[in-house]
Amino acid sequence: MKREKGEEMAEIELPELPGHVQDMIGKTLEESFSQFPVEQSYVWTSCSSAEYGNPLYWEEDAANEITNGPTAPPTMISVWLRPHHWIPGQTEQHLPLRVHFTLKKELDLPEAIITKNGVVFGEPVRLGDRLMNKQTLRSISEPKTNKLGTGRYWVIDVDFYNQRGEWIGSEWYNCFGYRRK
Amino acid sequence: MTKYKILTTNNVHVGDKLPELSIPVSATTIVLGAMASRDWRPMHHDKDFANNQGVSNIFLNTPTQALWFERYVTDWAGPYARLGSMQFQMKKSVIPGDTMLFRGTVDKIETDSTGCGWVELTVDLSVAGDTATSCAIRVALPTQEGDNPWTRKDGQWIPRV
Repeated sequence: MKREKGEEMAEIELPELPGHVQDMIGKTLEESFSQFPVEQSYVWTSCSSAEYGNPLYWEEDAANEITNGPTAPPTMISVWLRPHHWIPGQTEQHLPLRVHFTLKKELDLPEAIITKNGVVFGEPVRLGDRLMNKQTLRSISEPKTNKLGTGRYWVIDVDFYNQRGEWIGSEWYNCFGYRRK
Repeated sequence: MTKYKILTTNNVHVGDKLPELSIPVSATTIVLGAMASRDWRPMHHDKDFANNQGVSNIFLNTPTQALWFERYVTDWAGPYARLGSMQFQMKKSVIPGDTMLFRGTVDKIETDSTGCGWVELTVDLSVAGDTATSCAIRVALPTQEGDNPWTRKDGQWIPRV
């Protein structure tokens, strides 16, 4: 991985990358399924939060004319896979992007930030769709030190599909897990 | 003849500036966005928690920023515009009391091998003159009236560069 601006080689020595973590690279580690179908009320709540008046999401005529029926804003792609804060019988909070939290734990890096994020959009997401995603660990860097602390960068790819198996988009996250200075 | 706004690629030019958008940010802006995007993490609604994490206040989460960028682009391009991709670089948090200023520039216009028209934009979200997030956006626009990027499927839709 190329060195970022303001980045130095590690000042504090981190342990070698454990073999079982090395083995995770390039593999799909998680598959998640939405807990509810894509719904109109969340679309309106989200559009309202950004004062987003695109007629595609507010006017049935526009949706019928342009997208052959109602859809959700493309940038809501990750919303549909975020777990409820609580459900009956749940004893611990379910986390989105679980691979990220697994890496923090396995590498003993208590803090983490997302430094870059990208998304590509495929088939439109339609009301009633039930989505799933697959999380793949693309890479883990050598130890690095920056103004936040010492840690490692990692990249996670997330691919999203609907219930018909159609690709609806992909996200990637460039993260930095670290110990504070 | 549609009653909805259509911006076609032949009406866009490299170097065009999108109209600026200025939005004052309150705690409500941030909490509304976090809840709408189902992001329950406390740094987006609990100021004490954020302080204990070394952050001065709750801050706007990434999915909400993405929606603001989408809104900014489609305000300009209209509902026939279909997003292909977005790439963000977060540099600074957006917190209550800030005013977000969105500014966009057209970097490139092209038609791909399937005949789909694309515009590439750089959109800068700044606060008090400093970039908080920069975003590279690729959006499909109709090449002419009657064309509709939303009808494209499978091999006719190539959102990746």
